[in-house]
Amino acid sequence: MNEVILRVRDLVKHFDGVTATDSLSLEVLKGEVHAIIGPNGAGKTTLINQLSGVFLPDSGTIKFKDADITALPGFKRVHLGLARSFQITSIFKNFTVRENVALAIQSHAGHSFKFWRPARNDSQLTEPAQALLERIELGDRGDVLAGNLAHGEQRQLEIAMALAGDPEVILLDEPMAGMGGEDSDRMVQFLSSFKGRHTLLLIEHDMDAVFALADRITVLVYGRVIATGTPAEIRSNEEVRQAYLGEDEAA
Amino acid sequence: MVTDQLTTAPSTTPAWVSVRNGTGLAVLLLYALMPGIADIFDLPFYLDIFSRVMILTIAAISLNFILGFGGMVSFGHAAYLGLGAYAVGILAYYDIYSGWIQWPVGLAVSALFALVTGAICLRTKGVYFIMITLAFTQMIHFLFVSLEEFGGDDGLTIWNRSEFDGLIDLSNDLTLYYTIFVILVLSLALVHRLVNSRFGMVIQGARSNEPRMRALGFPTYRYRLAAYVIAGSLCGLAGILLGNDTEFVSPSDMHWTKSGDLIIIVVLGGMGTFWGPLFGALAFLLLEFFLSDIFIWWHLIFGPLLILVVIFARGGIDSFLGQQNGQGR
Amino acid sequence: MSWVLLAEQLLNGFTLGLILFLLCAGLTLVFGIMDLVNLAHGSLYMMGAYFCATFTAMTGSFLYAVPLALAATFVLGLIVEVIVLRNLYTRDHLDQVMATFGLILIFNEGVRQIWGADGEVIPLPAFLDSNFELVFGIVYPTYRLLIICVGLLVALGLYVLVTHTRVGMLIRGGASNREMLSALGINVKQLFTLIFGLGAALAGLAGLMAGPIEQATIGMGERILILAFVVIVIGGIGSIRGSFIAAILVGVIDTMGRSFLEDFLSLVMPANYAETAGPALSSMSIYIVMAAVLAIRPQGLFPPRTG
Repeated sequence: MNEVILRVRDLVKHFDGVTATDSLSLEVLKGEVHAIIGPNGAGKTTLINQLSGVFLPDSGTIKFKDADITALPGFKRVHLGLARSFQITSIFKNFTVRENVALAIQSHAGHSFKFWRPARNDSQLTEPAQALLERIELGDRGDVLAGNLAHGEQRQLEIAMALAGDPEVILLDEPMAGMGGEDSDRMVQFLSSFKGRHTLLLIEHDMDAVFALADRITVLVYGRVIATGTPAEIRSNEEVRQAYLGEDEAA
Repeated sequence: MVTDQLTTAPSTTPAWVSVRNGTGLAVLLLYALMPGIADIFDLPFYLDIFSRVMILTIAAISLNFILGFGGMVSFGHAAYLGLGAYAVGILAYYDIYSGWIQWPVGLAVSALFALVTGAICLRTKGVYFIMITLAFTQMIHFLFVSLEEFGGDDGLTIWNRSEFDGLIDLSNDLTLYYTIFVILVLSLALVHRLVNSRFGMVIQGARSNEPRMRALGFPTYRYRLAAYVIAGSLCGLAGILLGNDTEFVSPSDMHWTKSGDLIIIVVLGGMGTFWGPLFGALAFLLLEFFLSDIFIWWHLIFGPLLILVVIFARGGIDSFLGQQNGQGR
Repeated sequence: MSWVLLAEQLLNGFTLGLILFLLCAGLTLVFGIMDLVNLAHGSLYMMGAYFCATFTAMTGSFLYAVPLALAATFVLGLIVEVIVLRNLYTRDHLDQVMATFGLILIFNEGVRQIWGADGEVIPLPAFLDSNFELVFGIVYPTYRLLIICVGLLVALGLYVLVTHTRVGMLIRGGASNREMLSALGINVKQLFTLIFGLGAALAGLAGLMAGPIEQATIGMGERILILAFVVIVIGGIGSIRGSFIAAILVGVIDTMGRSFLEDFLSLVMPANYAETAGPALSSMSIYIVMAAVLAIRPQGLFPPRTG
């Protein structure tokens, strides 16, 4: 369990004079659920964007399974087994649920310079898509337009699309975004079911969810790591309480 | 969770029977019968008008592929009309009339231009893309204006149509008309297959959300570039037909306003729909033909009309023919 | 090829560059703040020239006509903004392109109906219609020198506007965000209308200054608009400084290419080839520069801020 699967060293990213990521180092262990928390503007999404290759860091290195992926284009990282989901639900609303998942699966089924056969009744795509939908308990919703799903279901689909290709590590950008009560309980359950199969690195504002799910937590403030540890350690960390949790409880 | 989607009652009519498809097929039927109609009513110039409508439809089908389905707002599509037509014209100028040479050359030149400019344009996004495609078209336009050898601004008369010895005789107007018709139908079918293939799913996905597509592991750039080249080639084919049909080519065929016309046709017809380009091209040319017949200053009517359509009637003609699932915006 | 000729052509390039800059400044203002692509910006340039022609004929002097034509294009800009463009700010660029394309049709056809298809000559007063002797025996038209001076002054004024005022702050921030603007307590509607009017007046200024050189014609706006797009693409959208540098660059390259490329090519290839290749290459030169810049820097020389 102690093998490091994702190793970030001295990552730096400036935007317009603002240091969004400040000599950030981080190790994610294989199989763990690793949460990143921090106040707004701490640079959490910026970090995910660098890990997933949306933009390149100014300096520092990112290693995934001992390969240096710092400068690797985002789409190639996915094929190494590093997938992500988005905070803003980025499903294809004009496609049906099954088409969404099938598109994700298509990405792992060889190149897509296939111009003639209709993709919608290509059993090499639709069957695995249906299987994945069954796994996330949306099996009977396959023909619904994704835009017509309830919010909670859309979030579920959002994350399910990252599951195609069975990635070793999934970066989750606020999986509970816009959810409340029952929906977030269900999402916590849904994400717990990933344990043992995928390593999760998640950003989340919902502290109940974070402490329920995470094996380890890293706290970011102004782009810097101020603490990393088990939920219990983080809870009792004085600096964290001051910088973040205290403030949160007072509010 | 049980009834939030309407379950369609089992009906006896198959899914493809719809007002939309009926209208589309009726338009195609009209084109097929047009030579007969023109003959009966003794209106031979209708053949000219409708072969032009069909050529523009093919160009619009190709633009719809990248604009409607791929979300690439190319303001440079007329360049390919000109390139195709000039390929025919310039080869004919050097007494090379064989279609077996002219057509592949026209297609290759169009594809190459699309590959080179697309490789640059597609590195940019949004309004940059619009401006750059516009600029490259203007470049090609000025290039042909400056080539005195091929008539410069005045254009180039094409004395003979492409020759396909033994296969087909395009010098016969009726034969050419039906050749254009067949290519139109094939283009519709081709783009339909493309759009629904794996390739097409990637193109459509990249229109809606390119970052997501990359996060799913798709190298979107090369797929979009491939789509751009396919569209350029298809429009080049329309240009080859245009050169043969009008027996003349000039830089004005690739004037930037022609690119604007093509965008208007695609949007008027209904972006990202199967029949949209067909409806759009017919509506546009009929409008131009009849309005300009009544008023020489028809732009004073068409301009405001365009603005009103943009502001109030989005979705194009296709959207008047009922709801459509799965595709479109 | 004499050095005097070279200097003259260089100055011609500057003249074109500064006219382009005035056009680009308006485009960049409108695009940077309102996120609006206005194809009809070239039409405002054309209207500046036609207004100037009419006012010159009415008042008898180009000098009286200039402020009148400027005011007229400003007001025309306000009208166009209020009636059409303000409905388009929240729309995607495709809608904006289509609607402003419609505006071009209206303007061109309108001008054809009012002024006719032939174009209007704008006569200059005698003291401008003369030559001015610069250093080293370089003789240059006084009027073109005036254009250069006015262009530089306006550029300076815009620089101050952008770097030292609140409006400028919004531009530099790339503020296309209405909510942010209203949060600052600004009447967004009015501000946008005024900025558009300012952009229109700049386009009008460019047009009325170009008018006496090339006369007012239908379609003059679109030709220069596409050049302006090339400038903006090279310079980077939303950067006044980038527009300025790129405008001069494009103006000089285009002018020099047209004057000297053929001669230059005939040094390295047979004259009859150079005769064909020269005009062909010079008509493409700025687009090739644009392609080269983009191949290296897809965001232009002075890219907008990200993040």
